[in-house]
This record gives sequence, C-alpha cells and structure tokens, in this order.
Amino acid sequence: MELSKDISGCGIAGFINTDGTLTSGIDIADSINLMKERGNGLGAGFAAYGIYPDFKEYYALHIMYDNEQSRKNTEAYLDRKLHIEQHGGMPTRIINKKRPIFFVYFVEPREQSTKAESEEFQSREADEFIVKLTMHINEKIDGAYVVSSGKNMGVFKGVGYPEEIANLFRIDEYKAYMWTAHNRFPTNTPGWWGGAHPFSLLDWSVVHNGEISSYGANKRYLEMYRYKCTQKTDTEVIAYLLDLIIRKHKFPLEKIGDIFSAPLWSEINKMQKKDKEFHTALRMVYGSALLNGPFSILVGFKGGIFGLNDRIKLRPLVAAKKGSTVYMASEESAIRYIVKDLDEVWMPDAGKPVIAKLTEEAYKNVY
Amino acid sequence: MHEINATDVHYKELNEEIRESIRNNEHDLILDGVCGQYYIGCGISNSNVKITINGVPGNDLGAFMNGPVINVMNNAQDGIGNTMNGGKIVIHGSVGDVLAYSMRGGSIFVKENVGYRACIHMKAYKEMNPTVVIGGCAGAFAGEYMAGGTMILLGLNKSETRPIAGVYLATGMHGGSIFIRGKISHDILWEKAEIEAVTNEDYTNIKNNVKEFCNIFKIDYNRVMDEEFVKVVPESSRPYGNLYIPGP
Repeated sequence: MELSKDISGCGIAGFINTDGTLTSGIDIADSINLMKERGNGLGAGFAAYGIYPDFKEYYALHIMYDNEQSRKNTEAYLDRKLHIEQHGGMPTRIINKKRPIFFVYFVEPREQSTKAESEEFQSREADEFIVKLTMHINEKIDGAYVVSSGKNMGVFKGVGYPEEIANLFRIDEYKAYMWTAHNRFPTNTPGWWGGAHPFSLLDWSVVHNGEISSYGANKRYLEMYRYKCTQKTDTEVIAYLLDLIIRKHKFPLEKIGDIFSAPLWSEINKMQKKDKEFHTALRMVYGSALLNGPFSILVGFKGGIFGLNDRIKLRPLVAAKKGSTVYMASEESAIRYIVKDLDEVWMPDAGKPVIAKLTEEAYKNVY
Repeated sequence: MHEINATDVHYKELNEEIRESIRNNEHDLILDGVCGQYYIGCGISNSNVKITINGVPGNDLGAFMNGPVINVMNNAQDGIGNTMNGGKIVIHGSVGDVLAYSMRGGSIFVKENVGYRACIHMKAYKEMNPTVVIGGCAGAFAGEYMAGGTMILLGLNKSETRPIAGVYLATGMHGGSIFIRGKISHDILWEKAEIEAVTNEDYTNIKNNVKEFCNIFKIDYNRVMDEEFVKVVPESSRPYGNLYIPGP
C-alpha cells in the first residue's frame, strides 16, 4: 500500500531473552513493521546476537560490496591479514532491485599479521586489530564496507522498508537471544545501503531515532583516536564512542548516560560535593563525547542491550518486561504487537540508561 | 453499539471506517484489537459520538477532535489530544509524552502516569478552557510553554522514589494554572513560575474535576481530597519578553 508521508521520525525496537533462549527474527520484524509509518523505505536493518554458535570463537565480518572488483580487492587484503576459517555469500532472497553484494567471513587475526607487518597493525590485541582492519577497509578500499565485525553476532541492513530487508536477508531463519531493529526516515544524510542502521563495530551495534547535532565535534574527537567516520551518517559516532570509552578506557557501561546525556550544568551545580566533582570531571574529560540533540538509541553489546534518551527526552522510548525478556521500542504498540500480557511497562527517564543483560549462566552458554 | 475489528488494519482504513460508521448514524463505536493505529478520532466534530478503544492506540489520538468522547481501556502513546478543540478523552492507564499538546478545549482524564511535557503549550480563549486531570505522576517539563487552561495533577501513586512531577516544571509557562496535590519542591519549578495559594473559586473547579475523575475511575473522592493543593502560575504573561532585548 502506498504511504503518504505526513509524519516522520525513525522507529527502533529490540529485545533480549536474558535466559539466553534463542528467538527467530520473525518477532522483531513484526515489531518494527508495526511502526512502518516511522520510516519511508530509505533504510532498515537488524542486529542479531547469538546467531553463529558454530563459529563463536571467530570474528564474523559482514561485508557489503558495490561490485565484484571491490570484493576481489578486499579479499586479497583479508587473505594477507587474517586467517579465514570459512566464508561465503550471505543467504539472501531474490529481490527486484539493484543492491550491493553481501559476504560473511569468519576470521581471526593471523599470528604474522599481528606481529607488526606494518606500522598501523602493530597491536597484538585481536579486538584492536579488527577495529583497525575495519577502519582500513571502510576508508581505503573503494566500494567495500564492513557492516559488522563482532563475534557470534551480525548486522543485516540496507535500503528498503523493514519487511523488505528482513525478507532479503532471511532473518526469519536466524535464531538470536537478542535482536534490535531500525526503520529509517533519513533527515540530514543520504539514504544509502551503508547509511542504514544498525551501525556496528566489534560487538557494539546502535540503532537510533533522532539526530546527533554534535556529530562534528564527536567525529573530530574520534579522529584523534584513529576512528574514521566513513558512513555519512551521524549515528556512526555512537558505535565508535562506545568502543573507545567502554572497551578501551574501561569506563563502566552503567554510567554511560552521564557522558552521552550529561546533566545540564544547572543540575550539576545543585549536586552534593562528591557527585558534583564526578560530573564536573566527566564534562572536562569527555565533553567531546556528549551527544547533543534529540535521540533515543538502543545499543546491543556482548551479552546485553541498553536503551538511552537524550537528557531532556526529545524522542520516544518505552520499556517492558515479560518473564525473563526485556523489550524496548519507540512505541508501546510495537511491543504489545509481539507479546500479550506484559508484566510491566514503563517510560525510561531522560538520560538514564535501561540496561538488560544475559544471566551469568546464559552468558556462559552463549559465549 | 457498533463493533469494529481493528486487528492489523492500517490507520488510514480504520479512520475511514470510523467516519463511515458515523455517517451511517452509528454513534457508539467499539474498536477491538487496536494496536498502534495513529490519529483515531482525528477531527471528528460530532458530540454524540462515543468511541471505546480496546488495545493501545497510536500517536495523536483525538487530534483536532471537537466533541466526541473517547474511552481507552489500556495505556496510550504520545501526543494525545494534540490541538483538540472539544470533547473528552479518558485513559484507563498511563500515557506517553506531549499529552494535550496545544489543546484548546475539552477535557482529558488519565488514570495513571503521564510522560514528559504534559500540557505543552495548552491554551485557552474566552469560554474555551481545556482541562487535564492526571491521577498519577508527571514526567519532566510538565506545563512547558503552557499558555492557558487547567492541569490538575493528583499523584495518587507518588512516593519517595517517584515524585509527583519531574524537573523543569512549568518551563516557559505564560498562562493557565497547574494545581498539584500536596507540596512540591521549588527546585523542580522554573524560576519564572510561582507557587500560589489556591482560592475558593479554584477549589470549586478542582472539586468538580476530581469528582468526575473519581466517578470515572471508581476512586474514593475523600482520599483524593485529603491533601491540600498548591497552584503553579506564571510570574508574567510574557516571560521571554526581554530575552533578546534588554527590558526597561
């Protein structure tokens, strides 16, 4: 049916089975499709965690190619840098539209490559190696983009409505303990295949409703740490900021809201001494990592998900629970559509992350 | 009584079916299986119409509505009563953000909590005086840029961890009144809004609305009225008058 575009605003949805139960992609597709009106067919995507149990030791590179030449160039590069355990074209259904080529590679850094073949790949740490590899491919190899690079997870995204992207990538055939989804209504940036959400690096994936007005400041800050923003979309910085602040700086995830959605100075001034010092210090150190502008985001990470709003809640976010599953979405109806009789529904406070993680036992089983 | 099955029906078709039913003189409509359809009741100006909604309706419920009564038996989403002109909306649960956005007339009763920015830029003119009664608590920025009308906040489920109103209460407010049951801290109030004592005339208005609220939701009126109310009003009708140009 033809839609008249009189409303805008991206839609986001996600859920985690904290007991580690695997769910097919049907539910998440239904949930995001219910909010079809929030997008305009120019982008949709899904992130799925726990989908590659047979290759969970390997980084799963989902790579998008404009053409065969970009694939050949990239694979020659991958062969030099990585041990490729297995690879192949990603399972897709036939669609009547021009689209990029998608491949998946299960890889690990090769011993010789981590031992300093070149200046830029000196790190011995595998995660760091993969980040640099991702940045290199995205920036230097024409027509090749790493869509996701985590372990036992993957991102499926492109130009289209959510149901089209779900169909293209056959997400109904994957089973994950956690799913996130996005329905895009591009505002300031182009609607292209790489610009669809989720944005992902290592195990991080981000879906986002809103706009990051601080993109320029965030991008320059990230560039100082050699993150290259190549996807022409503001949301990209969130994935890289998380990688920098949480993985590399080891800042506690529970307090990420204090950086991304920092309290206003007027609120900091009213705080008790200890809190005031803490927040003042954060503003000094991580001022350039503040996400300004309206947003609600869902972030997938290894073993969990969090939802977060901007500090004055200018975009919608609803959370709910049913049994051991935690749901978050732009609209309550998107959750109700896939689960009846919720135990609890609530609206998260601005700037306060809602975090849900696998139980310890489930984590051990999955990873 | 006319039942409409809204399960998996697109909002456009659903709203067309509602209008078609009204044209056929069906005035008591029951919508079953509603899940996220936008704009239900939008622009309908027939005061005899009653719409009962089973399920969670989508954003902008009752937008521009002028007359009907909508009963939602569950929670509802964002933008309820957007620029509503007349009629009544009753929500037997909680609602999302920007409730009564630019509402101009009629009344809204919410049994439980409301999200951020309830009654944002609500306005009144002559005999048009919109009223919103909230049984639970309100998120931050309640009464933001409020220009007129009445908001009554009861906080029946307030506690130490759940304050009756969030921060930035009445930011930019330049008209109308907010009545709050119990005390509020000055810290959450915008610096150009004031707390005043409630007049006898105000109390009559509060009592009438609380009575209606209690009748609708079967709540003990005396329990609600066992706390005093405070009144939040703007300091001036032009609080930003000197924002860009220094004042006298």
